[in-house]
Amino acid sequence: MKRSFSILALLIVAAMVLAACGGPAFECADPIGCVDIAPDEPVHIAYMLTISGATAFLGEDSVGGIEIAISDRGGTLLGHEILLTGEDSGCSAEGGQTAATKVAADPTIVGVIGTNCSSAATAAVGTISGAGLVLVSPSNTAPALTIEGQTWQPGYYRACHTDLFQGAVAAEFAYNELGARSVATIHDGSPYADQLQAVMAKRFAELGGTVSFQGAVNVGDTDMRTILTTVAADAPDVLYFPIFEPEGPFIVAQSSEIAGLENTTLMGADGLLVDSFPENSGANAVGMYLSGPFVSGATYDNFLAKWADQIGGVPPSGFHAFAYDSTNLILNAIEEVAVQDDDGTLHIGRQALRDAISAVDGFAGLSGTLSCGEKDFGEVGTSKGDCATGEALGIFQITDAEVTGGNWPPPVIYTP
Amino acid sequence: MLRRYMDRFSWVDLFLRVFQIVVLAAVVVGIYNTVTTARYSSAQWATLVFAGLAQGSIYALIALGYTLVYGILLMINFAHGDIYMAGAFTAMFLANGFARSGFMNSHPVIAIGACIVLAASVSTALAVFLERVAYRPLRGAPRLVPLITAIGASFTIEYTFRGLYGASFYSYPEVKALRSLVNVFGFDVPLVQLVVLFAALVLMVGLYFIVERTKIGKAMRAVSEDKDVARLMGIDIDRVIVITFAMGGALAGAAGVFNGLFRPQGVYFFMGFLPGVKAFTAAVLGGIGNIPGAMVGGLFLGVFESLSPNLIIEGLGIPSANQLKDAVAFTMLVLILIFRPQGIFGERLTEKKA
Repeated sequence: MKRSFSILALLIVAAMVLAACGGPAFECADPIGCVDIAPDEPVHIAYMLTISGATAFLGEDSVGGIEIAISDRGGTLLGHEILLTGEDSGCSAEGGQTAATKVAADPTIVGVIGTNCSSAATAAVGTISGAGLVLVSPSNTAPALTIEGQTWQPGYYRACHTDLFQGAVAAEFAYNELGARSVATIHDGSPYADQLQAVMAKRFAELGGTVSFQGAVNVGDTDMRTILTTVAADAPDVLYFPIFEPEGPFIVAQSSEIAGLENTTLMGADGLLVDSFPENSGANAVGMYLSGPFVSGATYDNFLAKWADQIGGVPPSGFHAFAYDSTNLILNAIEEVAVQDDDGTLHIGRQALRDAISAVDGFAGLSGTLSCGEKDFGEVGTSKGDCATGEALGIFQITDAEVTGGNWPPPVIYTP
Repeated sequence: MLRRYMDRFSWVDLFLRVFQIVVLAAVVVGIYNTVTTARYSSAQWATLVFAGLAQGSIYALIALGYTLVYGILLMINFAHGDIYMAGAFTAMFLANGFARSGFMNSHPVIAIGACIVLAASVSTALAVFLERVAYRPLRGAPRLVPLITAIGASFTIEYTFRGLYGASFYSYPEVKALRSLVNVFGFDVPLVQLVVLFAALVLMVGLYFIVERTKIGKAMRAVSEDKDVARLMGIDIDRVIVITFAMGGALAGAAGVFNGLFRPQGVYFFMGFLPGVKAFTAAVLGGIGNIPGAMVGGLFLGVFESLSPNLIIEGLGIPSANQLKDAVAFTMLVLILIFRPQGIFGERLTEKKA
């Protein structure tokens, strides 16, 4: 017993001497701690996306964007390999909580990309923020997530647009371009759909239109005739249903059976911007509109070529550019704040990382200009961590080529 | 007199009686308000009724599988919804193949017939396989054991299909021949809804005759009455049970194709869960173990579910009526079970069976 103690003491003294020989030791002064990465260790980034279930297409879309962003840097950052690991957060609060708990328990993780669904983020953000991590989302669009005093927590950012932008674009398109004067909305109880339809209806009423009906279906419903009959009683000009598959296709397919909906234009949102939607919805989908993220330009074409090369085909949804930008926001910030020792050891302050992302201003991302500072949305409140400036949005129109010809994505007919 | 009444008095009975009156009053007030405001046209009501009947006949076909198995083994086969999914999923590929080659539109009857045969075969095979692998080794075990196994079997089937075909959504093709509108009592009804209703009724009547008029039907009824005595009478119980599972599977497979014709979207690995729960509700509603009960329970649930949001809930001024559709359906189940624990057509179980 006594001997083992003296060996231990000797070892401690030896370690201290060795450490002193290695130069001035790094001292972490960051208020919420640092991540230290030894010379042969990788920089660990995690994602929490929806990998299984009905919304797996969103996860595939985002993972592709993340992988391309990493391979664009040759898979390394400041001489360290970039390690990407993932958790399945699903498209639910439970999934978000579970994934967040697992990610927060791993001290080597520097930053997290996720989640896809606002419901998952709402449940995950507290745990992630409490662990000192940053969470950058490629596709959470629910407004409350970035409003201080609502769901927002320090460390949360998103590269995609808030639905305060998307809902307004949809309402302006319906009122000004389609000449609609009445609208009915249907949501599915999720934070995304509920908040988006509320923004759309509010903006539509501000423009001078009337909102005839705001209702909801349950996730899992197959019979939409009852709610469509309620909608048809007022025969609105536009029916806006920012929900997901399979409920969206059910609404489209059953809409033609209901008397009173003959002159109603159907309109969905980015939750339905998925390549399987037109074919599943059938002939009634021809001519309907979808609001959603829209990115164009030479850089984007270059990105799509990399996608076809590295992953194959075309991205299944519209959020890959935001996933690419989310990854770069994190990696750029690490590059900026990391303190490197002579031997290559990295020290990353967690609060410094947050400050670096918050300070991003006028960054030219794949999806457009990104500025992560505070934004003022009038009576709704001040948003924090909204990096998108709302320029990467458009209205798509489904044509026969998407329904029967397998074409994707559909043509964009309007941009704000 | 009063004293005897007081002895029998119980607060629970009083509560249930009050509950019954309140619900009945709510239903009457809701219907009255909706009818007097005349918000919907008669054509819109007709749409809801016929869609409800088509949906109800699909519930009824699945419910028959629950009721047949329960009648014989006193066991709830919770994997039945997934047996339905397996048939619907497999036949979807054949139907899309027919649609691509143009055969679906040139010979719709043969094509749909082939899909039904394929779906019924797959579902039958799966039901028989499940019985052999998951349920037969546990016969005679406490009743909770096969119930848990059934839930496990349900997950196994679901995630096998998820593994095979992924988590994305598939659709049945549009059948042009079924898209026309037929005039029924002055209302335009999509032909597909009438075809589904009629075909389901033919299958249900066929099943009723098999059970009531044939030798194997007699054997099924005997096993259901008393397994031990049936065995003493020389009935091969295992064979009867396998045939019962096969019949339930075939009906579920056919229901899967009908569902694909009626409502082409939303074919995916989890599609059997909700219809399974609804069909189980329909079976309990009609009186589980009772064949005409499952038919009536299914049709009733389909129509009730389709009409109640617009007819009753909206009349009461409750917002987002449509989201309460399932709540209303299950509330009705609770109500019926309070006042008729044996279901609409059910008989009181003997001590031995209960």
